[in-house]
Amino acid sequence: MLYREAGQFKTTYRADQAVFPIRQDFIGIIAILAVLFVVVPLTFNDFWLKSIMIPTLIFALAAIGLNLLTGYAGQLSLGTGGFMGVGAYACYKLATIFPDVNILIHIFLSGFFAAGVGFIFGLPSLRIKGFYLAVATLASQFFLEWAFGRIAWLYNYNDSGAIEVPTRTLFGVPITSATAAPVTQYLIVLAIVVLLTWVASNLVRGRFGRAWMAVRDMDIAAELIGIRLLPTKLMAFAISSYYAGVAGALMVFMWLGAAEVESFDINVSFQLLFMVIIGGLGSLLGCFLGAAFIWNLPIFLRAVPEMFGTHVNAATVEHIQFMIVGGLIVFFLIVEPNGLARMWAVAKEKLRRWPFPY
Amino acid sequence: MSAAEQLAPASRELLLNIENVSLSFGGVKAIRDVSFDVRKGEIRAIIGPNGAGKTSMLNVINGFYHPQEGTITYRGESRRDMRPHIAATQGIARTFQNVALFRGMTTLDNIMTGRTLKMKTGLFWHLFRWGPAETEELEHREQVERIIDFLEIQAIRKTPVGRLPYGLQKRVELGRALAMEPELLLLDEPMAGMNLEEKEDMSRFILDVSSQFGTTIALIEHDMGVVMDLSDRVVVLDYGQKIADGTPDEVKSNQDVIDAYLGVAH
Repeated sequence: MLYREAGQFKTTYRADQAVFPIRQDFIGIIAILAVLFVVVPLTFNDFWLKSIMIPTLIFALAAIGLNLLTGYAGQLSLGTGGFMGVGAYACYKLATIFPDVNILIHIFLSGFFAAGVGFIFGLPSLRIKGFYLAVATLASQFFLEWAFGRIAWLYNYNDSGAIEVPTRTLFGVPITSATAAPVTQYLIVLAIVVLLTWVASNLVRGRFGRAWMAVRDMDIAAELIGIRLLPTKLMAFAISSYYAGVAGALMVFMWLGAAEVESFDINVSFQLLFMVIIGGLGSLLGCFLGAAFIWNLPIFLRAVPEMFGTHVNAATVEHIQFMIVGGLIVFFLIVEPNGLARMWAVAKEKLRRWPFPY
Repeated sequence: MSAAEQLAPASRELLLNIENVSLSFGGVKAIRDVSFDVRKGEIRAIIGPNGAGKTSMLNVINGFYHPQEGTITYRGESRRDMRPHIAATQGIARTFQNVALFRGMTTLDNIMTGRTLKMKTGLFWHLFRWGPAETEELEHREQVERIIDFLEIQAIRKTPVGRLPYGLQKRVELGRALAMEPELLLLDEPMAGMNLEEKEDMSRFILDVSSQFGTTIALIEHDMGVVMDLSDRVVVLDYGQKIADGTPDEVKSNQDVIDAYLGVAH
């Protein structure tokens, strides 16, 4: 048994509609945030921050974006990688054109460019659904990849064709490029991700979230209730792309330090889709679980042979890793097609009743 | 039935008038030159054998199908065809023959979704669920709770509707339609597949909706006992044509109706 909510009565609708209506959940999330904000920065070394914590958070944010679109609004998309790229390139252009403006403002602004592009590529969604829409978003992925590679203005006519992040500071402390300490970057990423996750949870609980889910579950009935399909879908595309754009900007400015076309290719889109499916469609918690699972599993598998003191050559490790990751994905999808978030919910439900069967 | 007894149904104010509507899908004529009216506050039944065009008629009324001929006059406004969005904003709500709920959402969220058109606060407030957005949510929650009380579904408020038994799903769907505060409520076989007790409950809700909220109801139903007891006037369709129109007693004794239902030697 984890905990029971017996004895907690709600006397107002406000209390009943809170993000965490159960007191233990509320205490739990405070504890998790305290660990993330205080304990992790104090104890984790640079490797852990740079290669586990920061990317997991950034991918979780992009996964939230995709989940709002696919999990909540039911529009399958394979263009998330491209939209992340739009955010990254927009942020790079903003940072080089307006060097005096704070980089955090640029990061938040760059999301709007991604939202605009997402809006345009969302237009076909009025006419096409499901797999066909996925193919249409695939077109956006290829178009954007082409644009990042061919439009030299986007990367300031660098010979390398890559974007290099300039050093920017916040209160005199460098927060981008190699001079920044991973701890600072981690804290900034964490703060942004927590803020945007909270905003996403507000959205999905309100009338916009309900309209998305209505379109996802039964678009005919939604239309007859008075939900207009095109604006609802386009808003989902725009907001989803905003999240992807901010995630892309964070990825380049707070994590990689440099990026080129390949950083936003189709593999990123697929990886994010896997995160959302494994984590759980229509669940914000699932985005974090999925991102943590997909991103960290290979790192973990690489570390295993070293733990036992055996040295296997890198190529072999990589092949084994692909096989194990693939196998685990299939395993999880068979055991719980609704993803890790549902698995967690079911486990919680069972523990609540334990030791009784029902 | 107090409202119904005050005034004979046929003399009440006109709410919806269907005139000479014809609808065909390619060569198939689903509705041929059908005219009938729905008056304020009445319960109007549309009956007929399978394939008579009843559901198509409802789809025409709320703008899902566009008839090739005829006019639809709703609240004094005439048009060739309705649009779903206009129908919804002007107060036409409906339920479906095969339950069309949002399966992944809870009962509460389903009924809240029915209030979409009544909610106005912009995206900005909703991002932070603050100020007007929260006030509005709470106000509508209160309205929705009234509907939940009315339909006696308090216990399943937080259950995803996909997990509910069929009878309850039908009730939630009625709740979602009621949340729109409709002037005209279209019910497509509200009692299909229900047992006697569930039918009695549903009949009670339909009568209560009519008397408490003054909602005009047009319903399709196959259970003749229910139709004859509930409705003020009945229109009978067969092969897309209107064969009878009148009070339940008139319709019951109409020879064409008896022939349509029992079959007749040609």
